[in-house]
Amino acid sequence: MSADGKSRVPGAESGGRRPTPSWDAVAGPSEPEPLSEQDRRLLDLLQRDFPLSPRPYAELGERVGLAEEEVCRRVERWQKSGLVRRLGAVFDSRRLGYRSTLVAASVPPERLDEVVEAINAEPGVTHNYLREPGPYNLWFTLTAPGEEELQAALERIKARTGMSLLSLPATRLFKINVRFEVSG
Amino acid sequence: MKAKEVRAARAEAGAGEERPALDEADRALIEALQDDLAAVPRPFAPVAARCGLSEEEVLARIRRLLGAGVIRRFGATLKHYEVGLVANAMVVWRVEPERLEEVGTRLASFPAVSHCYARATTPEWPYNLYTMIHGRDRRECVRTAEEMAAAAGVKEYQLLFTVRELKKEKLRYQVQRPGEVGGEG
Repeated sequence: MSADGKSRVPGAESGGRRPTPSWDAVAGPSEPEPLSEQDRRLLDLLQRDFPLSPRPYAELGERVGLAEEEVCRRVERWQKSGLVRRLGAVFDSRRLGYRSTLVAASVPPERLDEVVEAINAEPGVTHNYLREPGPYNLWFTLTAPGEEELQAALERIKARTGMSLLSLPATRLFKINVRFEVSG
Repeated sequence: MKAKEVRAARAEAGAGEERPALDEADRALIEALQDDLAAVPRPFAPVAARCGLSEEEVLARIRRLLGAGVIRRFGATLKHYEVGLVANAMVVWRVEPERLEEVGTRLASFPAVSHCYARATTPEWPYNLYTMIHGRDRRECVRTAEEMAAAAGVKEYQLLFTVRELKKEKLRYQVQRPGEVGGEG
């Protein structure tokens, strides 16, 4: 089985010869930035123990041995570099009345750019990934302000792409944890 | 039969997920919190100014929204490939419906798993449990999935490796008053 980074990528055969698609801009992993032990401790605390107090960075600074201004400086740098992708509230969309589903499509390589563009144009599409192996190679999440709106968005995507879609709504959540151990 | 199970599971998923009551100030706060917190000494002050509340009131309401589950968590979200986890796979599992709860709980307990959901099936796609797993390379993901399969006693599964991220965007929630019809996103 092709179980390493050198493995073949479906669509890459033709992908290499085509002009770079617009969505390539969000594609590639960049070099991880070097982080000191102190940076890692701070990142862990920022993820799992952000103080809900008027001066949160001062509190974090006390815990890792940095001045408040220095914590602010580092956080701002990480926000700019993209290492810190979000800082603040992560909402439960269901409790705000939103409904979502995971959608799978089997897209022929020659139609990939066009179909991805049409899907990504739908505002409720928050994540979209090319996966292998097939037959279902495109997997995206669709969120809308209610069940009817969700179905309408699915129909719009079907109409725009002419693709048949598998909609796989969640029936039970066991775990959602986007925190990563960076220290140790 | 299957539809009934899905409905039952959905009812369970929906239990306690009704919309909590939000007042005008909550809605203003939720709107203000869609943007990232600034890296300034008093980061809640601009949020408070935006929604016409005091800093203390903002903090108290954030705590309340956390308690009500409207805010899932508060803090930083990192780009995982920047912390060295460059390979990831969505592992799809086919589990007997009566074992779903047990297997889901077991698989979710693995540290390499970031997300674990049960999902509806279709005739073309019989997998009913989904886990996102992260590793340093694909081999590590394969090994993790093997360990998970052995631990949970599931034989039918597939790893769908992430080849490329094509979109990753935060949704801006528009919080309507109860009874208000949802507008176009």
